[in-house]
Amino acid sequence: MKYESQAVAKLYFIASIGLFAGQIIFGVIMGMQYVIGDFLFPEIPFNVARMVHTNLLIVWLLFGFMGCAYFLVPEESERELYSPLLAKIMFWVFLVAGSLTVAGYLLVPYATLAEITMNDLLPTMGREFLEQPTITKIGIVVVVLSFLFNIGITILTGRKTVITLVLLTGLVGLAVFFLFSFYNPDNIVLDKYFWWFVVHLWVEGVWELIMASLLAYVLIKVTGVDREVIEKWLYIIIAMALISGLIGTGHHFYWIGTPDYWQWLGSIFSALEPIPFFMMTLFAFNVVNKRRRDHPNKVAVLWALGTAVMAFLGAGVWGFLHTLAPVNYYTHGTQITAAHGHMAFYGAYVMVVLTVISYAMPIINGRVAANQTAQKLEIISFWLMTISMVFITLFLTVAGFVQTYLQRYSDEPQPFMVVQDQLEMYYWGREVAGVAFLIGLILYIYSFFAKGKEVEAIKD
Amino acid sequence: MRETFTKGMARNIYYGGAVFFFLVLIGLTVDTVRSLPKTDNSENLTEQVAAGKRLWEVNNCIGCHTLLGEGAYFAPELGNAYTRYGESTEALKAFIKSRPVNGIPGRRSMPQFNFSEEQLEELAQFLKYVDGVKTARDWPPNIHG
Repeated sequence: MKYESQAVAKLYFIASIGLFAGQIIFGVIMGMQYVIGDFLFPEIPFNVARMVHTNLLIVWLLFGFMGCAYFLVPEESERELYSPLLAKIMFWVFLVAGSLTVAGYLLVPYATLAEITMNDLLPTMGREFLEQPTITKIGIVVVVLSFLFNIGITILTGRKTVITLVLLTGLVGLAVFFLFSFYNPDNIVLDKYFWWFVVHLWVEGVWELIMASLLAYVLIKVTGVDREVIEKWLYIIIAMALISGLIGTGHHFYWIGTPDYWQWLGSIFSALEPIPFFMMTLFAFNVVNKRRRDHPNKVAVLWALGTAVMAFLGAGVWGFLHTLAPVNYYTHGTQITAAHGHMAFYGAYVMVVLTVISYAMPIINGRVAANQTAQKLEIISFWLMTISMVFITLFLTVAGFVQTYLQRYSDEPQPFMVVQDQLEMYYWGREVAGVAFLIGLILYIYSFFAKGKEVEAIKD
Repeated sequence: MRETFTKGMARNIYYGGAVFFFLVLIGLTVDTVRSLPKTDNSENLTEQVAAGKRLWEVNNCIGCHTLLGEGAYFAPELGNAYTRYGESTEALKAFIKSRPVNGIPGRRSMPQFNFSEEQLEELAQFLKYVDGVKTARDWPPNIHG
């Protein structure tokens, strides 16, 4: 570790992994509710489990992004972080606010939570992924702004690199588009239209900037490839991400009462959305093949390559699968969407955060890489989680195809619940894969504590 | 990538492309918002409907159901529930009201929310209003949502 203040990232990484575990436990609960409908009912109804599952994901990825930024920004900027103290204070503010919110979801009925937190003053609750009480949303804004201030000053007063500037752009975008979560008109079409300004412009827009810059940083570090080459790739990848993804928002505006031209615009531009992900895969394999050193942190390289491949499959291929309007007419809001959502989030955002953690954690702990046993265990956990996610996605995809056919496409369409009963087998398959994922995650967490033979430092 | 394609060119494509398409998105958004009154059923957006939307939100209905295809995929689509229930707000209210407190053994069940008659009416009116939104190709494809 070149700068003392990079160590503040450790807190953020630990919280990330802890909340990740919580997310997966609730995922397994929901998977069970898909096959045993009254599992934990009425104590934890499905909607509560889902809210915890998705909100923990968002919160731990935000913790992860912040931790990644706190680790790489001082090193890239060649100066200490502007205020490590502010970073620590905001960590605890965010952790307490996040924990209280999740406790609120679990302990009181959602309507009561809305009442206690005075949702009526500025109603923002009860929309998918934006279920947090208004006060929590305000807390998120405060935490993110303090974070941006902290890394912003560090970046702008230090050495400016393409990586830090792209990262900063992505993080500013994250903050700006989150503000749309405070706009909740009574008109349902307007509400839905601008809801996507948070959700789509995050995950298919500015988050891709964050992801690409994090990946580029780790690749520079582990391969020793010339920065100029990597920066050129980075620019062209994020250029394609925004060129395709901005108007690609239109693939959400097919069936919500918005004008018909979105069917054309959304189809054409979102058909281009796999391109940046494909380029990311080319990029990662290219620079690893051209590496100038063999970094002893083998598992970080594996995570980096895995991120590129899985993001391309999950976001690129599985996104394209149902993005064209004539296809989406039948598949919209079925298990196909769930299949895509799972692999895309895992492949792009979960894996990129784990890539940086894998690279950074040993360094924060004063080693160049984790010991050999720990790396071996982490490699096994990588494969277990990744293969499990592939199976979760495949089971949901088959379920989605059958659902689409029986409920929407066949000559005699059947009611929703009648169709769901016929999907039970696939849902069991998904649940088994989900449990395997949880085992992979437990192994991953255990790998941080495993003792073994230390690896040798690199010689440049 | 060859030397003829420089970092400067890549950077210009990024800045140029991002700014251009962001402006296009803003332009299309203005056009969309202007043309919404033709399709968004806002003429039927009464105070009762607005109250129903709030109830929809604070009971996290989207955590199980989809509405115009967006939400969770655990329970039926509700964007056309009014049509599915024979265009009867009474039928919708009767369904919501009759959910068993402890669920149905082995089956998915909607929670019992203990709504007042007034709240039930507001929710039903909200669902009727959403059903009135003119979606492209009259989505969803059929009555089952």
